[in-house]
Amino acid sequence: MITFQELKRSFFISLWFVFLTFPIMVIRVDSIEKTVQWRWMNMLYVAVGAFILSLIFRYMMRRKEGQSADDDEETSTSDQHLIHRWLTVPRYRNIIYGVMLTLALVLPLVFSTYQTSIMTTALLYVVLGLGLNIVVGLAGLLDLGYVAFYAVGAYTYALLYHFFGMSFWIVLPLGGMLAAVFGILLGIPVLRLRGDYLAIVTLGFGEIIRLILENWGEFSQGPSGVSNIPRPSFFGIDMSLDTALIYIYYLMIAFVIFTIFIVNRLQNSRLGRAWVALREDEIACQAMGIDKMKTKLAAFSLGAFWAGIAGVIFAAKTTFISPRSFTFIESAIILSIVVLGGMGSIIGVIIGAMVLILLPEYLRFLSEYRMLAFGAILVCMMVFRPQGIIASVRRTYTYNKKETADGEGA
Amino acid sequence: MLKLEKVQSGYGNILAVKGISLEVNDGEIITLIGANGAGKSTTLLTISGIVPCRSGRILLKGEEIQSLESDAIVKKGVVQVPEGRHIFPQLSVQENLDMGAFMRTDPRKVKDDLDYVYSLFPILKERRHQDGGTLSGGEQQMLAMSRALMARPQLLLLDEPSMGLAPLIIKQIFEIIQKINQESNTTIFLVEQNANLALQVANRGYVLENGKITISGSAKSLLENQDIRKAYLGL
Repeated sequence: MITFQELKRSFFISLWFVFLTFPIMVIRVDSIEKTVQWRWMNMLYVAVGAFILSLIFRYMMRRKEGQSADDDEETSTSDQHLIHRWLTVPRYRNIIYGVMLTLALVLPLVFSTYQTSIMTTALLYVVLGLGLNIVVGLAGLLDLGYVAFYAVGAYTYALLYHFFGMSFWIVLPLGGMLAAVFGILLGIPVLRLRGDYLAIVTLGFGEIIRLILENWGEFSQGPSGVSNIPRPSFFGIDMSLDTALIYIYYLMIAFVIFTIFIVNRLQNSRLGRAWVALREDEIACQAMGIDKMKTKLAAFSLGAFWAGIAGVIFAAKTTFISPRSFTFIESAIILSIVVLGGMGSIIGVIIGAMVLILLPEYLRFLSEYRMLAFGAILVCMMVFRPQGIIASVRRTYTYNKKETADGEGA
Repeated sequence: MLKLEKVQSGYGNILAVKGISLEVNDGEIITLIGANGAGKSTTLLTISGIVPCRSGRILLKGEEIQSLESDAIVKKGVVQVPEGRHIFPQLSVQENLDMGAFMRTDPRKVKDDLDYVYSLFPILKERRHQDGGTLSGGEQQMLAMSRALMARPQLLLLDEPSMGLAPLIIKQIFEIIQKINQESNTTIFLVEQNANLALQVANRGYVLENGKITISGSAKSLLENQDIRKAYLGL
């Protein structure tokens, strides 16, 4: 089962890890007593731990390769994810949707406000993920500055309330639209670029927005941020903090359903097909008469629209925003949600958001090792399922071997 | 139908097409032959508006189209099959064909055209649910041509349909090019390296060398021309 080769490799890897971690794990300088402690036991732990992990990793890799070889042998649909197979059957689909909706609806009644609040955040990222999915997953434009549109939405609500006292419900569509306008403004000069270049320019744009918010004191109150932003009203009824949070949770559920509905419609529309085609081959698209610029701009501004909406809700939920909420790491997390969940797949993005936002929360019992474990999980995910948790349906197809064998002479 | 007057175009500092003039008449098959890097593909890309025209005029039925965007040119009935096929690898055959009809607004006629292309290439019908990327080279070329036909072109620009294909499949494809020309009265502008084959199906031909047209005439006269026989036909 485990070859000698693998044992040898793992042994050297554990040696390497011992060497790497030696300064921090073994040597401990006590600066008060001015002595050096040598913690040799730690070295043993690292060696054994690295050895075992490396073996497991190798074993998993081998199994994964063996599995893909098996897939070629059979004509099974194992390539298609179980969930997708269920979703194609209407009866199962309705049951799944029903169960998910019921779970979502009863959650605040069963769990504490704290749990509900975390869930609201996760749902916020579902909307953000679905928005970015339009840009990255469908249209294939790598946008690393997506958080800028989120910031535009959040600040739209914060500042319009601050200066003009406008209410949540009026600002909600405004925030989305303003973000979409920003999407177009950014898009016009930038969309001539492709791939890596586009990624870098969008990254720059994200930072510019954040720096403006941080430095333009009179306008955005600078690094101290905007506070006392009101939560959304419910026909003018005053709510306690708990009820308000639950109320926002239900609002969020409604928005997620709305977003899924729209994104799903978009995906199967003429525009959606043009996006997918554009992602695959630009020259062919031009030869087919697809307006490259308009199609890309549509993707950019629609993606930005959802970020703007999410931004308004975010500002209303936390009642305080500052430029620190909109750093590059946020863009990276949203992008990870899309990639981890499965590019172009709606249900994948939802699960991706749940995993990436809820996991760090529920890993809190690991205290300081929390982010370490989180990182390790991400790495493993990408190694063993590069297509994402749930790959897009478009990517999976059943390959009928017999049919091709017949047609080979043609 | 199409007329080029002293057209220049290129990439960056390089001028690939150095002022060429040519004419395509209604209903004919015309071919542009030449060596690698002569500017053949650039000429086609310039007509389609994918590479901008630097100077000169391109007239489609007497109307200037050199400053139009590529989508507007497709709307006017000029559709290109790009070199190297450029099919959408992750879309199914059927979806690829649907993309070809992207500009169309008459679903019923699109359905007829779909049946027509499937009758031209029955193999594509067999594989309509398969991803474009899993097709063989010949099938991909058929798909690329069918996709262009779905846009119902008046002028079809074909860029090296024989590239990388087996002789038997090339023959099949060239037969279909002639069939398309006759059955649906589509004017065809064919760019080829395989000069022999191209001149056999074409009515007239132009020879492009270093971005300039050096010889032109009827296909028959070009086939008999001593210089061409030496340079391009290897006889």
